[in-house]
Amino acid sequence: MAGEKNGEGKEAKEERKELIKLESGEAEQPFRWSAGTYGSRFLSELRDNCRFVGVRCPCCGRVYVPPRRVCGPCFRELTELVPVSDEGEVITFTVVSFGFVDPSTGRQKPVPYGYAVIKLDGADTYILHYLDETDPGKIKVGARVKAVFAEERSGSMLDVKHFALLRA
Amino acid sequence: MEPVAVVGVGMTRMERERRPDGYADLVYEAVCLALADAGMTIDQVDNVVTISNDFFDGRTISSMAVQDACGSYDKNISTVEGDGAFGAFYGLMRILSGSFGTTLVCAHHKGSESDMSLITNAMFDPVYERSLGIEAVTSAALQARAYMDRYGVSEEDCALVSVKNRANALRNPLAQLPLELTVEEVMSSPYLAEPLKVLDCCPVSDGAAALVLASAERARKAAGKPVWVRGVAHCCDAYHLGDRDLSDVRALQRAAAKAYSMAGIDDPAREIDVVELYDAFSYMELMWLEGLGFCGRGEAGRLTAGGATSLEGNTPVNASGGCLAGNPVLVAGLNRIIECALQVRGEAGEHQVEGVRTAVAQGINGPCGQSHCVWVLGGER
Repeated sequence: MAGEKNGEGKEAKEERKELIKLESGEAEQPFRWSAGTYGSRFLSELRDNCRFVGVRCPCCGRVYVPPRRVCGPCFRELTELVPVSDEGEVITFTVVSFGFVDPSTGRQKPVPYGYAVIKLDGADTYILHYLDETDPGKIKVGARVKAVFAEERSGSMLDVKHFALLRA
Repeated sequence: MEPVAVVGVGMTRMERERRPDGYADLVYEAVCLALADAGMTIDQVDNVVTISNDFFDGRTISSMAVQDACGSYDKNISTVEGDGAFGAFYGLMRILSGSFGTTLVCAHHKGSESDMSLITNAMFDPVYERSLGIEAVTSAALQARAYMDRYGVSEEDCALVSVKNRANALRNPLAQLPLELTVEEVMSSPYLAEPLKVLDCCPVSDGAAALVLASAERARKAAGKPVWVRGVAHCCDAYHLGDRDLSDVRALQRAAAKAYSMAGIDDPAREIDVVELYDAFSYMELMWLEGLGFCGRGEAGRLTAGGATSLEGNTPVNASGGCLAGNPVLVAGLNRIIECALQVRGEAGEHQVEGVRTAVAQGINGPCGQSHCVWVLGGER
């Protein structure tokens, strides 16, 4: 009897210690983000013509890629769309070694993968994208790169598969 | 600026997972500590500023989830979505408006309840950046590389920051990650995103903090020694990483110049006794030290190696262990201010630095320190 009593006591104690958590499960918050007029042009040029476009500020002359409506420093509206190259240089880079489930695809990109901030020729701002190199010793700031486009394109940044290092 | 003082502070312990409490419980704990420290009751709080992020909390208008816990019932309450240093700035402005004599500022974060990479991915542009998987660690790695490449800073220079701050944390009972480390151990920890290794990065944390700000008149009625806000400013750089030179610290230099000018500081290295800054990644301490004017660009590694920023150095930096020893996001900037206030009061405990008269706290918002908020605190008005 005494043993049973002890058992019950332990159970009751366990119950008090139970900590409940509620899971959000598969709940999603879907959004439909407008790319805007210039953004739509940028993405459709990637999709249809494998080309990059930027926009030039009439005030400071900076070419923004991706194009946007307003130059922040000048606070001026931008109207002059200009083509920029699909080649450029690495401004900075990393090689990512940790797994990350991409929220837009629900898939984890295989690690390691190269990642870079890239200045396209003709642009004054930079874009982010993947690099085809995963050995950090083989990537240098200032290295030349060229966009490699995906076979199937849908009007997103992923229409560019990655940037390939151009070997000298 | 009309004089405003920090009159009460409270911080919870930083933990990887604070069970079984929800974030409101953490807020209640921090608020009670801050009120007790100020010798005030909730009735003496004229208005409340909460600091939270809806993504991190997994609910909209996340501030309302802590309404009871922060004592804002039947009061004027407003919210800042951003780092605590910026939330405190707003709390200060509310006193300067003349409408309120005291502001209670509180911040909370439970990193244990969500996925840090997914949420920090969501701070990036959904059209051009998010689908490329960029998040806090990846973007920091890009910045670290840009900084190190431009100024010839080595991974060992950065590792030393991690060694120093985690050792400081051994003296801080609220720290999550006090560690005795060597540079070799940091260097041999696995890469997350080259050049950042596991031991270069802050942990994911749960925690909350609160502070009470008061006008000069109301500060007189508070229990403890008031710590005066001598200067404060913030400045914001461009949002898109691709619009910025990531090795640049212009926004911090501008914020610091303004805050120093308000405080009458000409030579920060000589006039500032302690610094608490936002070292979410080891390289950040070096960059922010340069931005705060403690040395020239690219010289913070040498400054650190020379011991100037150690507990025994000329200007101890992150005597508490900083964010590397615990980083409840949003709370972190408030913790920096609180640690500085405690240093000025001479009540920082085992990590107290001797003879602190002037302290500088810094918080950041946005990817890779897009914006910076700099506070100069002192014992005299």
